[in-house]
Amino acid sequence: MFVPHTPEEIQEMLRAIGVEKIEDLFADIPEKFRHPKQIDLPPPMTEMEVAEELQHLAEANDNVRDHLLCFLGAGAYYHYIPSVIDHILRRGEFYTAYTPYQPEISQGTLHAIFEFQSMVAALTGMEVANASLYDGATAVAEAVNMAYHVFRGKRPKSVLSPFIHPQYLATVRTYYEHSDREVVVPDLPVEASPEALIEFIDDRTSLVMVAYPDFFGRLYDLQAVADAAHEKGALFGVVANPLALALFKAPGEYGADMVVAEGQPLGIPLSFGGPYLGIFTTRKKLVHKMAGRLIGESVDSRGQRVYVMTLSAREQHIRRARATSNICTNNALMALAATVYMALLGKEGLREVALLNYHKAHYAAQRLSQIQGFELAFPDVPFFNEFVLKTPSSVKDINDFLLDHDILGGYDLSQDFPQLDRHMLLAVTEMISRDDIEFLAEVLEEWVA
Amino acid sequence: MSEKKIREPLLIELSIPGRRGVRFPEPDVPQAQLPEHLLREDLPLPEVSEVDVIRHFTRLSQYNHAVDTGFYPLGSCTMKYNPKINEDMARLPGFAYIHPLQPEETVQGALALMYHLQKYLAEIVGMPGVSLQPAAGAHGEFTGILIMRAYHRDQGEHQRNKVLVPDSAHGTNPASSAMSGMRVVEIPSDERGNIDLVALKKECDETLAGLMITNPNTLGLFEEHIEEVVNAVHEAGGLVYGDGANLNAFLGIARFGDMGFDIVHLNLHKTFSTPHGGGGPGSGPVAVAEHLKDFLPGPIVDIVEEGDPPTYGFVWPKKSIGRVKAFYGHFGVMVRALTYILMMGQEGLRKVAEMAVLNANYLRVMLQDTYHIPYNRLCKHEFVAEGRWPDAPDIKALDISKRLMDFGFHPPTNYFPLIVKEALMIEPTETESKATLDAFIAAMKQIAREARENPEVLKTAPHNTPFGRVDEVKAARELILTWHDWSTVDSRRSIVDSR
Repeated sequence: MFVPHTPEEIQEMLRAIGVEKIEDLFADIPEKFRHPKQIDLPPPMTEMEVAEELQHLAEANDNVRDHLLCFLGAGAYYHYIPSVIDHILRRGEFYTAYTPYQPEISQGTLHAIFEFQSMVAALTGMEVANASLYDGATAVAEAVNMAYHVFRGKRPKSVLSPFIHPQYLATVRTYYEHSDREVVVPDLPVEASPEALIEFIDDRTSLVMVAYPDFFGRLYDLQAVADAAHEKGALFGVVANPLALALFKAPGEYGADMVVAEGQPLGIPLSFGGPYLGIFTTRKKLVHKMAGRLIGESVDSRGQRVYVMTLSAREQHIRRARATSNICTNNALMALAATVYMALLGKEGLREVALLNYHKAHYAAQRLSQIQGFELAFPDVPFFNEFVLKTPSSVKDINDFLLDHDILGGYDLSQDFPQLDRHMLLAVTEMISRDDIEFLAEVLEEWVA
Repeated sequence: MSEKKIREPLLIELSIPGRRGVRFPEPDVPQAQLPEHLLREDLPLPEVSEVDVIRHFTRLSQYNHAVDTGFYPLGSCTMKYNPKINEDMARLPGFAYIHPLQPEETVQGALALMYHLQKYLAEIVGMPGVSLQPAAGAHGEFTGILIMRAYHRDQGEHQRNKVLVPDSAHGTNPASSAMSGMRVVEIPSDERGNIDLVALKKECDETLAGLMITNPNTLGLFEEHIEEVVNAVHEAGGLVYGDGANLNAFLGIARFGDMGFDIVHLNLHKTFSTPHGGGGPGSGPVAVAEHLKDFLPGPIVDIVEEGDPPTYGFVWPKKSIGRVKAFYGHFGVMVRALTYILMMGQEGLRKVAEMAVLNANYLRVMLQDTYHIPYNRLCKHEFVAEGRWPDAPDIKALDISKRLMDFGFHPPTNYFPLIVKEALMIEPTETESKATLDAFIAAMKQIAREARENPEVLKTAPHNTPFGRVDEVKAARELILTWHDWSTVDSRRSIVDSR
């Protein structure tokens, strides 16, 4: 279908090669393995047919734009994505290019990644950002690995807050189970503040990591835990929601050595969980231990300012088994989306969206907690755009009822925290109007009645 | 430090205080109190207009070479054409606007799509179990190694911690093994470019966890003794991992499963036409043989209730290694790959391999008198030439690559695989026409002549591109990694600080 040769050209090329037929080109594959029997694939479709088929599958889903009112977050958020972003992403010059190995003909990608690194550094208050990782979960896993290598394995322990996204913690466990990296996730009461981690930090600890906001949406002053980590000689890491950082103190300000994040809130569609964007930042003095690609500024033979991949000696294609990580392909196009998003919204716009999220979530929290049987689980702790609501019966039952009214209810926390039976995590973004909140409240009231 | 000429400003240089891009509606709810002690004081981001943004990124895009602008024979990367319909399908609202944690009954279409992609990939490689979760090739490799380890531990064989990797392997292979804590032992290649069987067998002992092998290997050569290799590893109790980066070579013609492989990963962004995005996102599904299905990372999609249509749901393999990322993998990439597979069918996929191999062999034969090809035999989807000549001692592969840009071509992969001196690894893919290949051959021959007659034109190349040769040493020495770093290296700090 995407093969241009005519039969005559094929013949001509075969003659040039010196073989008679196409099959001869596969003579080096042992015959018993060649030409499998008919395999179970549907017959080929034309573009017209495949478009219909996929449309059909897409329509079998209820989406949050056309069908469902979305109060679900828990690591993936429905935000407005300005039109500009996809127009840039759809430029074939960007999306059909490979990793920018040849800087002379890849300045578009390289220049944009340099801007990504610069803006991510500004947002997190850090000195260096890499060109992206896969997602928030794998960024946390790389942070654990990096801290291990910073201390050359002599501090095998990482202390991770139990209120980091459960799927991120699960990913870290998968990565390092049976390795010599020791991952400690203390079993703390859900009311515990980050200071509760301090007693787990010792001189075998390489990394202390906290979520900001945490999985329950809560924001704490992290200075004390940062200081405690540093006192023991450990690194302090934060896994952040990048949109929250438009409003709240950058982790760099309170001494973070690494800030990682799920970049999806920065202009990336929900897309059933991916592709998203792993953000990874650190201090310049640790840059040689960082995973992933890094773009630096330089000059070309004509005296022009240019950008180029640098410090490649950390990476797998040079250092192989001794590389800082195995990552090669990353999520560059999603980093471009975040770059265009941050550029377009800029200093004021990003703050404006963050404020919208903050105010709407707080209004919703207040409105919903007035309903009989519902109350805020952590009423005294500041939050950004997500909060935990105690519910009078199982979240599943409530969510089923909400779904009948085309509302996508919050995340059922009992899935990960058995002690949080009847606790729902709700996200309220700029996509939710006051009327939507009122509607949710009315349906919940109806359910109570 | 000397001033650099600026072809395109950075956003921070375009920034004017008070300028705005997009605006958002006024809040329709009362303002809540903000926790003053947690607020940040300043957000030092650029301030530009929508027109600024569009022009800036459009101009930048024009500095890129891409599949959509020209031939991209970057070996091992399979830079084939990315069908436009793929992009439209991934953006359908029913795919782009669904939340990963929605109740399963509201995403049956997405689950059906994943189920069928798992099934088709399983058919294509001839292995029954597939997880779509890994985000890229290297992530798939790492996942595969974790499966390998979990299997051996389940068998009570905790001592198996050695992974064999041929010296021609991609760098990700040893890096992925090392990351899981495995011991990596490199196996040399023989004079025909195959894995050295004697060296391999010497390492096949009771500590062997498995072999990671790319087939065809990075020389573009089909492993001639594949059956013996697989048997040797299996007899020692090890598992065979296949790096599927080069699957374009025998798609629809042969299958890893039939050759006895236990685990493979696939690169949807290579073989199955999804775009590379300037470095990603990719997608690296892992397929396994029957005895390893229980160890796959979860969740995976299965039919949870038969019917017409059946009900799909997420399930966890019994002895799953766990999850390797949040949610389910790069769904948007899966949509594109499924679109492609449905359009191709078995015959179409086979034609892909046939034409990819035809194109590679055509280039090889047409260039073999001009460039030395150290392992010159029937190749598969790519081949490796040397970018050096005894009678042009100053010329390196890099010079040839830079000169190729003047002809509008992206260079081949340079300096890889490591076992060929001054390597030029050339992979044309099936989507290139004979006319393009002939133009490339003509350029390569002209460059070979220039190397002898006018080497300077190569040493100073490229000439016709918007940017000349880049000083990579300076970049590593100065380490300007953000625009904030300027203040430490030159006087332009005022540009940043005035914001």
